[in-house]
Amino acid sequence: MRKRILDTVYKLAKEHKEIVFIGSDLGFETLKDFKNEIPDRFFMEGISEGHIVGMSAGLAMSGKIVYTNTIATFITRRSYEQNIVNLGLTNANVRLIGNGGGLVYAPLGPTHLAFEDIAIMRAIPNMTIIAPCDAEEMERATRASVNWQGPIYFRVGKGGDPVVSKPENGFEIGKAIVYREPGDLVLITTGIMLERTIKAADELATKGIKAGIIHCPTVKPLDEATIMKHLNNVKAAMTIEEHSIIGGLGSAVSEMIAEKLSKKIFFKRIALPDVFPEKYGSQNSLIKYYKCDKDDIVQNAIALLS
Amino acid sequence: MAAVDYIELGKQVRRDVVHMLITSGRGHIGSAFSIVEILNVLYEKVLKFDAKKPKWENRDRFILSKGHGCLSFYSVLARKGYFDKKELDLFCREDGILGGHPEASKVPGVEASTGALGHGMSLGLGMAMAARIDKKDYRVFVTVGDGECNEGTVWECAMSAAKNQADNFIVIVDYNKYQSYGPTSEVLNLEPFTDKWAAFGFDVFEANFEGDMGPASSAFEDILLNKMDYKNKKPKVVICHTIKGKGIPMCENNLNWHHKNKVSDEEAKALYDALK
Repeated sequence: MRKRILDTVYKLAKEHKEIVFIGSDLGFETLKDFKNEIPDRFFMEGISEGHIVGMSAGLAMSGKIVYTNTIATFITRRSYEQNIVNLGLTNANVRLIGNGGGLVYAPLGPTHLAFEDIAIMRAIPNMTIIAPCDAEEMERATRASVNWQGPIYFRVGKGGDPVVSKPENGFEIGKAIVYREPGDLVLITTGIMLERTIKAADELATKGIKAGIIHCPTVKPLDEATIMKHLNNVKAAMTIEEHSIIGGLGSAVSEMIAEKLSKKIFFKRIALPDVFPEKYGSQNSLIKYYKCDKDDIVQNAIALLS
Repeated sequence: MAAVDYIELGKQVRRDVVHMLITSGRGHIGSAFSIVEILNVLYEKVLKFDAKKPKWENRDRFILSKGHGCLSFYSVLARKGYFDKKELDLFCREDGILGGHPEASKVPGVEASTGALGHGMSLGLGMAMAARIDKKDYRVFVTVGDGECNEGTVWECAMSAAKNQADNFIVIVDYNKYQSYGPTSEVLNLEPFTDKWAAFGFDVFEANFEGDMGPASSAFEDILLNKMDYKNKKPKVVICHTIKGKGIPMCENNLNWHHKNKVSDEEAKALYDALK
């Protein structure tokens, strides 16, 4: 997913003269061709996240569309004031590319785990948040971002995530994608959790439970119309995300249900608990450890309906 | 170009500042007074701009990174015709556009919303790099406070500016030697300050605003117009040795006048009397 977004930015930069790239201290030879072919629009400014976000905003305020890349924790946490004051307040056309959203960097420990990135970025006015499910959708999202007005935070997965998105679904910023029409239950998800959610829905089907799937690659602005339409037709809903239970997709949907849904439904959030992950291992092993895996979705769905 | 009477102009701007302070009952007066001559020189002689076309693409950019010094900035912008001078009467009011820190979306002539410190330089360097990409020859001037130089991003940007050979990027430091809590030498010492900037790869200039404002302003003007090489592949800094509260003896180097949220009738009279 990470390689695909950078490759796509490079291709787009060749077509759009206003596209600029800024990295911090990325891996050796990252975007080597971009640097060699378009050196005046390629910057690698070192481990200085606050500065690179500010510099990105300055470029954007001068008519550029700036793709700014480093690890997700650093581009959300370290530069948070810049994200608010330089990007949100000015509605700058900067696209923050956060490598390793969620639990991707499990072996590296809590300093590198972006488990609250969606929560803190959601709180910034004008900020759009996009969490694609796989590399194919990442490319579609990146292409859609060129003409979007305002800042975007891209939550980027590990890479090599199974491809579950479908080209025919297309991609429009702010639009949810209905992968399966709901029956008794609707599963609302984002990012790489779509794959687990599809598998869970398949298993639920074998048990006679028809579970719909709404994938929200754009977490903000949330496609409330699509979600509300389906919530009105189900008995139960679950949100599934690789993010803290505080402030992510589950919170956004909860807020909507509490304020806007006139009927009662059963509701459950599958998310990471409000703790610093205490284990290393892998992204997959931590997802399992924190009970966000396919089997957990299935069990919670059954419990919710009973 | 005709010579400017910087002493008289300085008094006019300071009277505007006092007027805004008294009308609104609040404001960073000390921080505004130390930069009056810096602003007057820039807007009278150095910057290329068209107040009737604030977004003219070839304009030089100016960012007041120490946004709390905005009182004198607003006065200068109004005097240059960016907006009606009557706006100064509405400083910090609900129906006005001029807040306690400048906002780009509201105030014509303000390039960047500042107030949170340590942002203006990075924003400015981005603008300077945009000029290079677009093959334009505009320059970017950023005024930072001395206390602001406590911020790490100032030095992150300084490294980045030198690496990028940003010769169209000019930092102006208002080195009045005081920050909110006390002398900069005690709160967080900046010295050896000129050496630091030089070590970071800047062309370093110094300007002395501690004495007579007329010759001091002319000397600063000379640095910006004649002594700087805007094509030498190096970013520039002018360290301006200023006086906090400059222009009114009771305010000078007096931290009680760093920020005011109440001005007595006696104080108001004294302020006006000092600027006659």
